[in-house]
Amino acid sequence: MLANLSLIASRTVSHLLLAIPAILLSFLLALPLGWFANRYRWSRATLLTAAGLLYAIPSLPLFVVLPTILGVGVRDRINVIVALTLYGLALMVRSAADALASVGTPVRLSSTAMGYGGGSRFFQVELPLAGPVLLAGLRVVSVSTISLVTVSSLLGVDNLGLLFVDGFQRGIMAEVVTGIVATVVLALAVDGLLVLAGRLMMPWARVRR
Amino acid sequence: MNYFVEAFAWISDNLYGSNGVLARTWEHLWYTVVSVVLASVVAIPLGYLVGHTRRGRGLVVASSGAARALPTLGVVTLFGLIFGIGLLAPLVALVLLAIPSVLAGAYAGIEAIDPRTVDAARAMGMSEWQILARVEVPLGLPLLLGGLRSASLQVVATATLAAYVGAGGLGRFLFLGLKTQDYPQMLASALLVMALAVIVEGAFEIAERVAARRLHTT
Repeated sequence: MLANLSLIASRTVSHLLLAIPAILLSFLLALPLGWFANRYRWSRATLLTAAGLLYAIPSLPLFVVLPTILGVGVRDRINVIVALTLYGLALMVRSAADALASVGTPVRLSSTAMGYGGGSRFFQVELPLAGPVLLAGLRVVSVSTISLVTVSSLLGVDNLGLLFVDGFQRGIMAEVVTGIVATVVLALAVDGLLVLAGRLMMPWARVRR
Repeated sequence: MNYFVEAFAWISDNLYGSNGVLARTWEHLWYTVVSVVLASVVAIPLGYLVGHTRRGRGLVVASSGAARALPTLGVVTLFGLIFGIGLLAPLVALVLLAIPSVLAGAYAGIEAIDPRTVDAARAMGMSEWQILARVEVPLGLPLLLGGLRSASLQVVATATLAAYVGAGGLGRFLFLGLKTQDYPQMLASALLVMALAVIVEGAFEIAERVAARRLHTT
């Protein structure tokens, strides 16, 4: 176990290098899509149905099919990051749409009356007020992304999931258990950081509870 | 695009036989149905209990949180080592993975009912069992179906991993293709699992609409 610590550490780093870009990308892409879904009502049902269908696609098959479309190898990190971003997006678009919709019309109208233009109203009024709901969505995305990364290890991509593959093939139960614990701990740690960041960035959200 | 053509050619060449596409699809569906049914046997009564008594909500929240964080591949390989190669390991793993979604659906369906409706039923003289059977269960049906839907989708996806620990299902082709560097075969397997997932999703969509219509007309 102790001798394997450096291995676990390096796999954790590769794990994060796959998960974090995917989490960030899905968050950043979901914001405009969520805004669009609210701004143009007709697109809401379409966008949310598309997101639901996307989420229904099993992960391992997606890791196999995407390379044909992207023109990269199955083991390419880009393949994994794009697949995970799509899953994150599937969850996050709904959260973003709900979060932005939770900002009431009176608030929007009065901020316009106070002289906020479209862009500054979005960034200075709507986004901060939607913050708590966005954070809740982001937490779900981050936990499920970190757990999903492990599936890509079946194709030989370096991350904590390789502990499952290697442990299973060599019959080392401790290795598999270590992999599970490490993945869950990593997910919880990132979740804790997100909660902390939320408290620092949105001190008002705590007062309301 | 060429790969897709090869994948479809592979599917049409390998439709029949004990290791054919049809047999493996059947196997895959069979795993899914058995796992979801077994999970429901455990999770629906438990969810109803929590929903009706409003006690133990923490259990439902914790189980769905844990299900999200637990890496499915880890669970499948762990059971593979415990129970050995074969069907038992993936089946136990699939049942365990399906339980949280069904539990949450059963519980949420009852929790979402207006407490006044339940109180009215009680005031009319219904016993607790009657309230559960005639008020809470029918009203909670749409959300229960939603829970069964996400459980089934997760199981269809995860059943692909069953082949990794020596069982059958559509994952067979994927892992065989991976080992023999036969990309068209892998792609064929992936497309078949995706198609199956979309069909399951569609079937639940229809079931949910029918349930919703029934609920509104009665």
